[in-house]
Amino acid sequence: MEKNLALSMQGITKRFGSVVANKSVDLDMYQGEILAILGENGCGKTTLMNMIAGIYFPDEGKIFKDGKEVVIRSPKDAFDLKIGMIHQHFKLVDLFTAAENIVLGVEESQRYNIKDVNNRVSEIALKYGFHIDPQKKIYDMSVSEKQTVEIIKVLYRGADILILDEPTAVLTPQEIDRLFSVLRRMKEDGKSIIIITHKLHEVLAISDRVAILRKGEHIATVDTCNATESSLTEMMVGKKVTLNIDRSEPVAPQARLEVKGLNCVDHEGVQVLKDVSFTANSGEILGIAGIAGSGQRELLEAIAGLQPLTSGEIIFNNPKKDKPVTFFHKSMARVKELGAQEAFHDEYGNPVSFDGMTNKQIKGWVESGKVLFREDEVMNLRDKTPLEIRELGVRLSFVPEDRLGMGLVGSMGITDNMMLRSYRKGHAGFVDRKKPRALADEIIRELEVVTPGVNTPVRRLSGGNVQKVLVGREIAFAPKVLMAAYPVRGLDINSSYTIYNLLNKQKKNGVAVIFVGEDLDVLLSLCDRILVINSGAVTGIVDARTATKEEIGLLMTQTDTQEKEAVQ
Amino acid sequence: MNVWLNFLIDSLAFGAVFMYGSTGEILTEKAGHLNLGIPGIMCMGGAGGCLVLNLIGKSSLPGFLIVMLGIAGALAMAMLMGMIYSFLTVTLRANQNVTGLALTTFGVGLMKVIFSKLDPTVYLVGPKTMYRWPFAGRTDALQCLGVLFFLGVIIAIAASLVLYRTKVGLHLRAVGENPGTADAVGINVTKYKYLATCIGSGIAGLGGFYYIIDYMASQEAYLSLEAFGWLSIALVIFALWRPHMTIIGSTVFGFLFSCSSYIANIEGITITMAAKPILKMLPYVVTILVLIITSIRNKRENQPPASLGLSYFREER
Repeated sequence: MEKNLALSMQGITKRFGSVVANKSVDLDMYQGEILAILGENGCGKTTLMNMIAGIYFPDEGKIFKDGKEVVIRSPKDAFDLKIGMIHQHFKLVDLFTAAENIVLGVEESQRYNIKDVNNRVSEIALKYGFHIDPQKKIYDMSVSEKQTVEIIKVLYRGADILILDEPTAVLTPQEIDRLFSVLRRMKEDGKSIIIITHKLHEVLAISDRVAILRKGEHIATVDTCNATESSLTEMMVGKKVTLNIDRSEPVAPQARLEVKGLNCVDHEGVQVLKDVSFTANSGEILGIAGIAGSGQRELLEAIAGLQPLTSGEIIFNNPKKDKPVTFFHKSMARVKELGAQEAFHDEYGNPVSFDGMTNKQIKGWVESGKVLFREDEVMNLRDKTPLEIRELGVRLSFVPEDRLGMGLVGSMGITDNMMLRSYRKGHAGFVDRKKPRALADEIIRELEVVTPGVNTPVRRLSGGNVQKVLVGREIAFAPKVLMAAYPVRGLDINSSYTIYNLLNKQKKNGVAVIFVGEDLDVLLSLCDRILVINSGAVTGIVDARTATKEEIGLLMTQTDTQEKEAVQ
Repeated sequence: MNVWLNFLIDSLAFGAVFMYGSTGEILTEKAGHLNLGIPGIMCMGGAGGCLVLNLIGKSSLPGFLIVMLGIAGALAMAMLMGMIYSFLTVTLRANQNVTGLALTTFGVGLMKVIFSKLDPTVYLVGPKTMYRWPFAGRTDALQCLGVLFFLGVIIAIAASLVLYRTKVGLHLRAVGENPGTADAVGINVTKYKYLATCIGSGIAGLGGFYYIIDYMASQEAYLSLEAFGWLSIALVIFALWRPHMTIIGSTVFGFLFSCSSYIANIEGITITMAAKPILKMLPYVVTILVLIITSIRNKRENQPPASLGLSYFREER
């Protein structure tokens, strides 16, 4: 059958600053076909589609619709060309009904009458087999219903090219099934559909052709009937690149952090962690690989005490050792409380009692370093706030993904950001600024942070320097467990290596390092073991020295058999 | 007429000040802009209208034209303030609260300067009877109702119809709820924000003009105008962001605000000087109660527009 070209992109390039998101991409799509766009995180799938939908404007290249060159400068231009995009994050007004959202922004000659709109929405729904109540408010709807509204919104405008950005990410297997049958009906109706996804079995189930993108470049477009899961994975992840990261053998690894059967539900009721269990050893870097949003953030936050759990245990193991009590981890009140419970002892092993002593005397004694305590061997960190975890004497450092949101305060200087960790220290209500200041100077010197001064707001520093400040602060507190989420995201190659070296140094010091990364090459060269997480569940823990990229890629994208069956 | 009916009519007339102010504020808030400059804008509206009347009050123009020109003057001045506010908050994305408060301080001050230069015998005495049409010259409470009162009611109802029955209203509400979505479907967010703010400011400005020229018709009226601006903003919450509700809400507010002076006239009730200010607090107490009740019920329709107070910038991700 002769196929007509519906849309054609030629030499599309898009840069964000120095980052090239798409590099001279050529892509064709025909009328009445379903084209899947496959690729890893950050390979430029969404950016490419956003250029067709008018969200971004390409720096170079041409777009042809039905053989004619077109310029798409805004979503409205795209609508006028009958191109509609269903974004991953729905663009709907919660307070409006389905019909009101659908009609929003449509220019019609006839008078606005919501009843007519309701009828027309129902007509479209009937034609393609959707289930929808046009008068239902969006805030009462499930995710799948919201998606239906988005699709009808595009159809209502008469679109003949539909772009769906990861439509299945938020759906249950049954809903995916229903969506796919709707998509097939639209295809029969002559509409062209682009579906962005990284789930291989869905690609095989629904698409006619697959275009594979890798690091912003178009690798190939293949017919789905000639493709297999492994051939697609290979094209998706590419050949292994060996990085020059110095990896030492772990020294005397011991189980430091044991996570057992973690389950976690987010505020929308979606289960984000499913029965996650693993052990992080001291002196080892445990990598966590997975498609973005598979539960990595929730996992780290759960360990850090920021995410409530529905079930599971987080066990922190610590070698038994006498340690001096400090006011860094414990407040005066806590020290007194523990003293009364005979938790402390002096250098000869006799229990310490603070009875009848003034705060000043206690302080003097404690600061002399002669009040010792024996750390608990095993502690369960579940349902503990970060402060409670710290008071227990667990040195857990967390470098969050959102550096300037969760990690640092952008409008404060380096010294003040150091104090976020030590604000509880000081005298009579005044904070101690000297030590944080010294620490700030040390970090600037040691990690070569480029900054006009210690009091320059960290927001004004470059991404790499911000990360150095954050990692430097977390390492300065001699952690037992160091968790870092995407610590090199957006960093140039030199800054990235600085961070890798810092993590390796911590590993040599016997810290259990947990590293969440997105670049498989880095994970394979830096980590000792790699845990692969997929839709909130652990699909495998592999040895980074022997594992291949394809192996990890498959673990990241495969779905359990039950879901697979539902799709086919 | 008995005292209660007079009381009701007076409450209606008095409440019309708030009705203008809060209808204007609702339109602005529906576009996602919390305009705390409303007191200043009402003051400037009053000043603008009176300035025009001061120029033409003694001329031999027909009464109808004088009324229209006065209204036009009030509208123009208030919309100018609205333009300043929109330029700062929409185009330059300045903080809405700070901008609004600055406009209030500026507007109230400038109004006092303007009024100190005006001649009340020119802008008040003649035009007063024209604005009181068709009830001019009556001695009972009905004399308080005039052209501008009816105009206010019409504007409030029309604003509700536009907001909830037309596509323009649908688009405006979408802009205030979720400007990103509105932008994505091709609605010109900036245009809607500018227009809603300017038209809303114009309506609020008429409220100030109404209070000075029509309801109070006294040369000291402008001194208390700022307080009514703040009450208008409170009334927005009371009316649950629905313009037609301001008609009822403003009457209740007017009733509560003026009940201290009426209660004293009713036989059997004695009222001390100390009680008066307490009674004048009632509108605010009622607003707090409404806030508490709507917050407890937490019905989505009764909440402020979702992006109220937030600046919209397309490229921000």
